[in-house]
Amino acid sequence: MKKLLIGNEAVAWGLYHGGLGLVSSYPGTPSTEITEFLALHDDIHSEWAPNEKVAMETAFGASLAGMRAACGMKHVGLNVAADPLFTLSYTGVTGGLVVCVADDPAMHSSQNEQDSRHYAIAAKVPMLEPSDSREAYAFARAAFGLSEEYDTPVILRMCTRIAHSQCVVDLGERENVPMKEYVKQPSKYIMMPGYAKQRHPIVEERTAKLKAFAENCPFNRAELAAGSDIGIITSGCSYLYVKEVFGDSVNVLKIGMPNPLPERMILDFAAKVKKLYVIEELDPVIENHVKALGLAVKGKELFSAIGEFSQKTIRDAFAKEGFMLPNVPEAQGAAPAVPGRPPMMCAGCPHRGMYYTLVKNRITVIGDIGCYTLGAVQPLNALDSTLCMGASVSGIHGFNAARGAETEKKTVAVIGDSTFMHSGMTGLVNIAYNATNSTVIILDNSITGMTGHQQNPTTGYNIKGDPAAKVNLEALCRALGINRVRVVDPYDLKACEDAVLEELAAEEPSVIISRRPCVLLKYVKPKAPLAVDPEKCRSCKKCMKMGCPAISFRDGKACIDQTLCVGCGVCGQLCAFGAIGGGEKA
Amino acid sequence: MKTTSVMIVGVGGQGSLLASRLLGTLLTDEGYDVKVSEVHGMSQRGGSVVTYVRYGDKVYSPIVTEGECDYIISFEKLEAARYAACLRKGGKIIVNTQRIDPMPVITGAAEYPENVLEQMKASGFDIDDFDALTPAMEAGSAKAVNIVLMGHFAACTEIAKEKWLDALEKVVKPKFLELNKKAFDLGYGA
Repeated sequence: MKKLLIGNEAVAWGLYHGGLGLVSSYPGTPSTEITEFLALHDDIHSEWAPNEKVAMETAFGASLAGMRAACGMKHVGLNVAADPLFTLSYTGVTGGLVVCVADDPAMHSSQNEQDSRHYAIAAKVPMLEPSDSREAYAFARAAFGLSEEYDTPVILRMCTRIAHSQCVVDLGERENVPMKEYVKQPSKYIMMPGYAKQRHPIVEERTAKLKAFAENCPFNRAELAAGSDIGIITSGCSYLYVKEVFGDSVNVLKIGMPNPLPERMILDFAAKVKKLYVIEELDPVIENHVKALGLAVKGKELFSAIGEFSQKTIRDAFAKEGFMLPNVPEAQGAAPAVPGRPPMMCAGCPHRGMYYTLVKNRITVIGDIGCYTLGAVQPLNALDSTLCMGASVSGIHGFNAARGAETEKKTVAVIGDSTFMHSGMTGLVNIAYNATNSTVIILDNSITGMTGHQQNPTTGYNIKGDPAAKVNLEALCRALGINRVRVVDPYDLKACEDAVLEELAAEEPSVIISRRPCVLLKYVKPKAPLAVDPEKCRSCKKCMKMGCPAISFRDGKACIDQTLCVGCGVCGQLCAFGAIGGGEKA
Repeated sequence: MKTTSVMIVGVGGQGSLLASRLLGTLLTDEGYDVKVSEVHGMSQRGGSVVTYVRYGDKVYSPIVTEGECDYIISFEKLEAARYAACLRKGGKIIVNTQRIDPMPVITGAAEYPENVLEQMKASGFDIDDFDALTPAMEAGSAKAVNIVLMGHFAACTEIAKEKWLDALEKVVKPKFLELNKKAFDLGYGA
């Protein structure tokens, strides 16, 4: 069956056809769809875990039980799951175990552009890296066999461009893989020093075997061009850009397994060419290895370690090298410069009312990762920091511990419901246990928003949309040691302000749960749009201070876009002249 | 045949993903080698979005860079200008004359360039601009702007209208098929 698939759907099909029995993941752009597509199959176990560490350990448990299993995460999620990864390398697997990780060069939707290949090297596990959906399917499928044969987890590395690009994939059938028998193996699976010391040499032997495998594996290939003395070593989407520019006119060593690298193959390839280049996005991982082999090569001096590449990157670099390239595109011309269009919180976003309150009261806001990070942009400029998942709650504790009463009365942490479940809870325990007078606001929009509406333990539904145990955030926060816990509706500005000022004034730590479901959720029915009465509007622009995309200024008066407005009513509470009305269902 | 490159650009939430799915499905059915590159995540929250569709005998890169694009289909005026540098000499821009203010314009930090399309026409760009919002509303939903535009683009291609409609049937939920067919027809004739 031939289908046009994004890379992530192709990975899902590859894992499923490769005999996967369980997948546990935490959503994160650009990895999310792998698990969403797997969840469409009812004959496997699929789930959203509270975080990537739990996801990987769940996949480990399934592997231990004898089932083929996978976990999915974005690059920064692998930091969270790094702890199990490094020791999984020692235990190895029973059922095949595939770790799908998606990097985000150019940071389309991320806080850094770290290169996951370093993890494969550091944890001493093999890594596969496809270039398109066809390979994503084939590599994901083959990863289970590799994992079981070499008794190791296998990392499948995607990147944004491959994860979200489509090409036609020829799909096969699902392999019927019976579960392996569970046998207690203490020396393999109990990683206390006595046993771990026995496992480390096995890891080193495995790496040697994998190096030998890399020389003749289906993932690496040399594409030789008669008559060319140029050689390019490349991988991932860089391979596509190289082929786009050069076609079959230069020698290409296509690396599909970036760890361990095929040293003999690289040496043989280099011996066939006069000029050697490495073209890889992000860090010089292949390049440094090639240099360590004693080869003269050009890499990062021509191709940046920053951002994504394209065929233009390749063309421009080789033009500088003095190459005369055919078919250089000629643009129609330059267009006038236009204002930027950054992403922003949606019209009716429940986070806006709370942010407006914080900004109005000049409160320092230690932020976190999610849609609400968009509170950092104009005109709210509400955030003071955003580091990583959970860092708001732990960060405010350190901030207040450092500055004491001076900041405790005017600083809050903001964190979403899903992020709080991911890694906010432990920080809250720390606030209670190590006693700073910190105020944490949980922006509970009842969904994992930014990644496109995934369920989480606070929503009451699982990945299939079936009813599930629902964490009671109020009870949870109290159980973690916080006595002052209150809930407000962020559409009610007065209630928000009362809650924030009272909790900041209180002489003990507190949690405010700012609760209203994401306006994009299907069950949230928008109210009729509001409108500005131009007779009453005094053009003060106060309603525009909260940055609602539905409100603009036309002909000297505020104006509400009837297609965008969902009638949340927050702007109406700001207007001192009663100029904003409507909003009731006709 | 040489590779043809199309860019579908607009504002996050305008439905560019459905438009690219329609085009990708159609071109696959027609037997082309097809690559489509989408944007997910952060940039869908009202930000500028671009989707690339490339087709031909053999396509490697899923993205389109400066001077390579044959057709830019823009859901909004400003976005047509933003990506215009990608248009190849002799390429064509189809643009919905709808105006959606970006946040810097809303906050007063920047001005919306009112006559941006006229400036571009004057400097030699081949621009086919029309109001896609009115026919979308006529078809039954402002959200059908995407299909109105694709209908209009369809009339520029050599692929038969019936083939487009077959592909539309594959990518649109049955509940919304009639609405979208109407939107497509209105765009095709516009």
